[in-house]
Amino acid sequence: MKAIVVGCGRVGSAVALQLQASGWDVTVLDENEDALGRLGESWTGGFVVGHGMDLTLLRAAGVEEADAVVVTTDGDNTNLVIAQAAQKHFEVPTVIVRVLDPARAQFYATKGLQIVCPTSSAIETLVSAVRHAEEDAVV
Amino acid sequence: MYVLIAGGGKVGANLIRSLLRAGHEVTLIEQKPYRFDKLEAEFEHQVIRGDATELFVLERAGITRPPDLVVAATGDDEDNIVICQLARERYGVSNVIARINDPRNQAYFDLLGISPTVSATGAIMGLIEHEVPEHGLVQLLELRKENLEIVEVTVDKGANCQGKRVRALMLPEGARLISVVRAGKAEIPDDETQLEVGDQVLAILEPGKEDELRKALL
Repeated sequence: MKAIVVGCGRVGSAVALQLQASGWDVTVLDENEDALGRLGESWTGGFVVGHGMDLTLLRAAGVEEADAVVVTTDGDNTNLVIAQAAQKHFEVPTVIVRVLDPARAQFYATKGLQIVCPTSSAIETLVSAVRHAEEDAVV
Repeated sequence: MYVLIAGGGKVGANLIRSLLRAGHEVTLIEQKPYRFDKLEAEFEHQVIRGDATELFVLERAGITRPPDLVVAATGDDEDNIVICQLARERYGVSNVIARINDPRNQAYFDLLGISPTVSATGAIMGLIEHEVPEHGLVQLLELRKENLEIVEVTVDKGANCQGKRVRALMLPEGARLISVVRAGKAEIPDDETQLEVGDQVLAILEPGKEDELRKALL
């Protein structure tokens, strides 16, 4: 199975490493060459330097044969645009996109994108942790 | 008309100035504090500070009314795409215009159905082509929604269509000649119109059929 990870920050690099460890053929795309360092010296997957908006680079990374694309650059709007291209233009079966703004995440989820919103997850976790503390205090 | 402009750079600032002068109601959204201060000094409450891709900022600017037109004129193409998508699909705005900063991103706007788009580079390239036609065929107008374009061809000496009547031309399917300008006078050609050297011919066709049209005429 082939996966492309766009954006090699903390999240992207960890996703790439874990997918590769479970046998995926992974190519990572990042505009900063130094991001390759996050993947460690033993990285044997692909690495393409450039902006994820560049359709030529997405093709070079193998988007046309990809089974999954994970989009995790540091820009919500960049992520949303790249993810839509992967889904609509390249018809990649699984496209997952990280969006930090809960409002945009919610709207684009209704448009058929598979979205992960770490901000919403953090809010839920924090609120439920406080509620548990409250319940414990009552008991 | 109520117009919402995202991005108060050169394009956005001059747009709001012109639209206000023409008597329209306008709200401008600008994110950068320094730029915002300058704009606020001139346009007062008609400028709002914030990120125009945030829903609450758009709502504060009045997008729920909704505006008659939203212009996405920021310096970032991804932002402009998202602003147009939110305006149209989330808030039911029927008219959007998007600025394209990097012409290589045109494909994304097309793919996501965002039109019309305006690109300074594209516009200048169009003018250069008009002045110095390299391929004999000048694109005058692109009707993206209708998937049609209007092009201009000048009949040079030795061109394929020289001396031929329109009905004898092997025009690509769906292409039509819509006007022939000869000695400064325009006429609408019919099947019997004979093309001569120096004629300026306007044709309408589907984008992508330029090569076929070129072969038929030049």
